[in-house]
Amino acid sequence: MTAAAVTADGRVCPATGLKISATAERLIRANAVAATVALLIGGIAAILVLLTRWQAVHLLPASWFYRILTVHGMSMLIFFILFFEMAVLYFASAVLLSSRVATPRLAWASFWLMVLGAVMVEYTMWAGKADVLFTSYVPLRADPLFYLGVILFAVGALIVVGIFFGTLVVAKRERTYEGSVPLITFGAVTAAIIAVITLGHGAAIYIPTFLWSLGIMQVDPEVYRMVWWGLGHASQQINVAAMVSIWYLLGALTIGALVLNEKVSRSAFVLYVLFISMAAAHHLLVDPGLSPAWKVWNTSYAMYLAVLASMVHGFTVPAGMELGQRVRGLTKGLFEWLRKAPWSDPGFAALITSIIIFGFVGGITGVTFGTEQINIIAHNTLRIPGHFHATVVAGTALAFMGVTYYVIPLIFRKRVAFWGLAKVQPWLFAIGMFVFSTMMTFAGTFGVPRRHWDITFSGAPFGVQFSPAVDLVMGITAIGGLMAALGGGIYILITVWSVFFGQPLPADGTFTGPGLPHGLTHPPKPLPPDADRHSKKTPGTLVLVFVFLAAFIAYYFINWKLLSVVWRIG
Amino acid sequence: MHTGISSPPRIWWKPAHGTERLWVAVAFGWCIVLFAMMPLWHLKGQQNPSGIRHRVDPTRYYQRVQEFIATYKVGEEAGFPIVAPPPGSDVYLLAQMWNWTPILKLQKGVEYTLHLSALDVNHGFNLNPVNINFQVVPGYDYGLRVVPTEAGDFRIVCDEFCGIGHHVMVGKVIVTDSAVVPATPTGGAQ
Repeated sequence: MTAAAVTADGRVCPATGLKISATAERLIRANAVAATVALLIGGIAAILVLLTRWQAVHLLPASWFYRILTVHGMSMLIFFILFFEMAVLYFASAVLLSSRVATPRLAWASFWLMVLGAVMVEYTMWAGKADVLFTSYVPLRADPLFYLGVILFAVGALIVVGIFFGTLVVAKRERTYEGSVPLITFGAVTAAIIAVITLGHGAAIYIPTFLWSLGIMQVDPEVYRMVWWGLGHASQQINVAAMVSIWYLLGALTIGALVLNEKVSRSAFVLYVLFISMAAAHHLLVDPGLSPAWKVWNTSYAMYLAVLASMVHGFTVPAGMELGQRVRGLTKGLFEWLRKAPWSDPGFAALITSIIIFGFVGGITGVTFGTEQINIIAHNTLRIPGHFHATVVAGTALAFMGVTYYVIPLIFRKRVAFWGLAKVQPWLFAIGMFVFSTMMTFAGTFGVPRRHWDITFSGAPFGVQFSPAVDLVMGITAIGGLMAALGGGIYILITVWSVFFGQPLPADGTFTGPGLPHGLTHPPKPLPPDADRHSKKTPGTLVLVFVFLAAFIAYYFINWKLLSVVWRIG
Repeated sequence: MHTGISSPPRIWWKPAHGTERLWVAVAFGWCIVLFAMMPLWHLKGQQNPSGIRHRVDPTRYYQRVQEFIATYKVGEEAGFPIVAPPPGSDVYLLAQMWNWTPILKLQKGVEYTLHLSALDVNHGFNLNPVNINFQVVPGYDYGLRVVPTEAGDFRIVCDEFCGIGHHVMVGKVIVTDSAVVPATPTGGAQ
């Protein structure tokens, strides 16, 4: 297929005026479908894990519990997230820059390579040949096919990242856009760079581990942990960069959020690239292999410069929304801009809840637990999954869900099915996930271990008695988790139904009638001609970020207090 | 002004607005506080994961634990030796699928160097109900200077997945008020 044919094959998006390449569109669809399949598998696994950890139900036997927990981690954190991010990369390059995809054939080859890798991993896990959990810490041993599947999947993803950079070059050379790339594309560029760093770590550890599983070489358990977390944690920062990009995108689509200052937002993205891969240290703070100086320097991303980046985005994203609303006339008081926002638009609801839970729960707990000494009272307890379900599920996955309500009409050109349910879905998922992650974190403060089949310890030589509060807290955790699972199930139902059986949108490109988000039926008003002279003051957001800071300071120092009462250790 | 979807005008490297600058400055200040707390706690705090760290051959560590048990054994419970080491001594705890050996009998308010290592795979030291957690890695000896600050019966739960028997891997630590503990090695009363 020649470049001209592909370009001629495209269409103009009626909402944004962007020229959309048909190849990019098909690739986005394929990756979105693969992501949804992974989400379904991971979601079923989530329910089974939840119903086992809830001691009142205790559904699975031990062997299947660890097997399904492995499935849950791999399907969600690797396959769902990465397939979705591949779609984001095609969107942020080819679609946002009105360009063709650099190498369509290679793009399809790498998609199928990723599918092959994912199928190999799923097969080994379900067949009980890889009961090693998501982290597969050496010397726990899985079937060589498991490691090989991960390698193939990662190679496929790495090629897609390369195609993303190639598409940027093509767009620049063919002058499909003027000036600098849009902020959202810039954010995706940082996600892609972090992906290269991450997948490099992945190659550096999975290839030796694959050889080890064949008996060809040795792998040191501590070195494994350090390099593996260069993949395991740094890959979560791909999610952060992609999620923040989607925050900017959803802000723009739902209420016409403006970019306060390109320099500040872009610099913050650059901080992610520079410091984020140091986060491997978060998992090694109470490990025997590393010195305190190494731990302090690395766990803090130099001097919390990646945390600074998130705190900056935590301001600029809502402030951009506030400014967009104020410029369009919603200027009363501190919060008219927020009060009169389209709360019934699932895209907007997902955006707001994603920002709040990511920041208040995920961010604050993450920085606190990642403190060298405080990690002593957090490592491998339920506080850790409590933290990362707030970041990667309530933050990233929820943002991805929100943007889906725009992807369905804009990319799949279908109406969103079950619109009534769609309006409830983000709330159900967000509230469920909020309860789930905060309660799990709370249970962890009593020392309840993560990745544990039976916290009644039946069959153990000595009985263990947790605080009576733990039973109650675990019960509430389960209810929150089931609520989120219901929200996730509704999301899958809506997505699959809309894409495969949904009502197509009229060919004239108008957005009227049912099953469309508010941001499309009532697109943000055009900016007034004197918008550039409008004050950039955002007092409402300023109040909100100081509330956030107060919560942060309180939680952080409460944890130092909790640490100070345990045994003396040095 | 423009949204994040569109390309910005050519020159976009412009000074930030006052509100934005204020927040960046406050956030950076907070980051410095977060950073400073860690070295500060090393100087002033009582809980640090520093320890003495070196590589050790798992079988040699296993032998060291056996010597330790033989020297200071004071009894047995549920098939596990109970060991009462003298104050200030090196204490060796072995993690393996799926138990913690031996049972430790320590004195309140006395410092020990608690060595942690594993024979086979990664394990997790989780002292219950105190909630102290350390990673136990095969091939590495983690020597932590520990002072039990309360008397009582404690459990060691494994909090790193180590195979099918992970959930039964529970060990025991007994901390007595210093007055009642016999400091004599080998064969003393329980």
